Amino acid sequence: MTGLSILLGYILLFVVCFGVVRAITARRKINDHNSLMTVTFGYESAVVPNRAASVLSVLVIFLIWGMFTNSSLVPISVPGPFVGNAEFTYTAKNAAGETDDAKVVVLVHEPDAENTDAPEIEPGDGFAKSDGYAMQIWRSKLLKVQTNDEGGKDDSYQVIAVNGQPIAPDQEVATDFGAVSMTSKGTLNVKPKEGLLMQPLYLPSPEAVVGRLGDLMAEGYKNIGLFEHIGYSLYRVILGMILGSLVGIPLGYAMGLSGWARGWFDPIVEFMRPVPPLALIPLVIIWFGIGETGKIVLLFLAALWIMAIAARAGVAGVNISKIRAAYSLGASKAQIMRHVIVPNSLPEIFTGARVAMGVCWGTVVAAELVAANEGVGMMIMGASKFSQTDIVIVGIILIGIIGFGIDVLMRVAENKLVPWKGRA
Amino acid sequence: MSLEIDNVSMRFDLPGGVSVQALKDVSLNLKSGELLSVLGPSGCGKTTLLNILAGFLAPTSGEIRLNGHRVTGPDAERGMVFQQGALFEWMNVRENVGFGPRMKGAPAKETAELVDHLLDTVGLGDFKDKSTYELSGGMQQRVALARCLANDPDVILMDEPLGALDALTREKMQGLVLKLWKETGKTVILITHSVEEALLLGERLLVMAPRPGRIHKEYQLPFAERGVNADLRQVKKDKNFSETRDEILSMIWEMEEEIMGRAEQSA
Repeated sequence: MTGLSILLGYILLFVVCFGVVRAITARRKINDHNSLMTVTFGYESAVVPNRAASVLSVLVIFLIWGMFTNSSLVPISVPGPFVGNAEFTYTAKNAAGETDDAKVVVLVHEPDAENTDAPEIEPGDGFAKSDGYAMQIWRSKLLKVQTNDEGGKDDSYQVIAVNGQPIAPDQEVATDFGAVSMTSKGTLNVKPKEGLLMQPLYLPSPEAVVGRLGDLMAEGYKNIGLFEHIGYSLYRVILGMILGSLVGIPLGYAMGLSGWARGWFDPIVEFMRPVPPLALIPLVIIWFGIGETGKIVLLFLAALWIMAIAARAGVAGVNISKIRAAYSLGASKAQIMRHVIVPNSLPEIFTGARVAMGVCWGTVVAAELVAANEGVGMMIMGASKFSQTDIVIVGIILIGIIGFGIDVLMRVAENKLVPWKGRA
Repeated sequence: MSLEIDNVSMRFDLPGGVSVQALKDVSLNLKSGELLSVLGPSGCGKTTLLNILAGFLAPTSGEIRLNGHRVTGPDAERGMVFQQGALFEWMNVRENVGFGPRMKGAPAKETAELVDHLLDTVGLGDFKDKSTYELSGGMQQRVALARCLANDPDVILMDEPLGALDALTREKMQGLVLKLWKETGKTVILITHSVEEALLLGERLLVMAPRPGRIHKEYQLPFAERGVNADLRQVKKDKNFSETRDEILSMIWEMEEEIMGRAEQSA
């Protein structure tokens, strides 16, 4: 129910935002080349990301997140669960065939409410005794009216109506606070309305997540600072990446320059390339244990094949005219390697490095999920075991931001170091 | 400088047991400072001949001798200008032109002066520190010419150097090639598929014939010498020029027709 309403709300906001932004920008006349084109449908280059849409997209996510978690940052909120005194009357029939009414008051309170005591209710006359109960929101509560009522233990005692409406086992009566149902054994079950709000167990509010991030930055997780966790993960990725490049790039060059090396390593590389590094985790743990070595080896393997193939492609991509020109200009083999083949393969190697960094980042998190004493992956795995959803979400956001940051840095480095990429 | 092409033949096997006779008994001597253009229909082996001269291919028989010694591989004494894509885009214009001297370990200062002078000569004085990918196709070929000259080769081999340029740029570049040839006195062998270009840029013109690749006819032409000082368009208006052009065009036309006919027969 909550999921469906989120989806519908999201679609609605998508359409509404589009309409509003269009209405605002329609008056502005743009005279650039793309907007003067009459036919742009299907012309991908004319599709420029609408930055207002990007900003609104992020805002909408936070809006929905806040709305469904009763965040104080968001002015509106979806209906929450019933809180307060749920009252109803029931009619019981005893062994003698007499009927009697009694009142039930259930205090439905928040988990951290000050007053969690069941309300005091006058038992009243007759064999059915009025009573008070207390329960937490988002739960349901079985009411043992039998233990309270006189003669309630008799086999023929039964509750026959709630709020005057007849009820039988496995039936339910709707009330103003929610519903009262009867189990197959004849016990009343109070089910207050749950509303559409998400329970913090499933999704904590944005401010709870931010607050937890602050706590983690101040106190760390499991006696290890947050930045230390991140540092461990990054250190593994970078070390694995360096080792993978140190072996993979020369391997790729060898495969690109020598038929024997190509023939020798081709089966190995082509076999290992489609094996996802995640599938190697169990074997790596068996061989190297759950310590640092295993993770570095895993990331080394993740980077190795990608870098080898990138370097091979870089050598393969060199225009024969460039090699011939260099020979005709008097360059030796070593000089051609140094001045032609290596620089010419750099764009491919950078592309490979970007892919490899992404794969390594994903792999390190997965490896830490399986077994680690520190790292971002370990943090979310440990937190999930104790239902600390806010820490899990902090971890996921950090993983996303760092992964994105790595890619941005790689792209900046690429533009700086191989400005000729794609322009030759 | 002396260049002898002595009975060069080239035959290579294709998969499927067919072998191709790309060149058969080609012989030719070049004098120092000669400007030779080579023309022919596709498949006549002109590019193969150039690659053998450059040392990228070894002939199956015969040999090439430059200054009396046999050509066995590429060397800085034979400079090459390619159609396109042979510049090093990770180096700027200056570094590209200075590549040859740098590889030989020439003193940096001398190289820098030489590069400056050559770039001024080819008209790229304002583009010395640009990246090659920022230049137009014509400018890139100017860099390629300067880079080749920087090495001071005995022979310059040009493999359709202006083939990828638009008509206007091409005309300008033809003038530049003539100017450089006259100023440097280099021996130049130029391959082209444009009859007009072959006439303009050849003191000597070879028309080659296909299957097997061989020299079909040789011309001695006055137009290159004339073009050094005159407007190329004026040279082209010469009656003699258009007559020779028509003669060669029909010659190549017939060769192409013959190839087509043979292909149809065998099909």
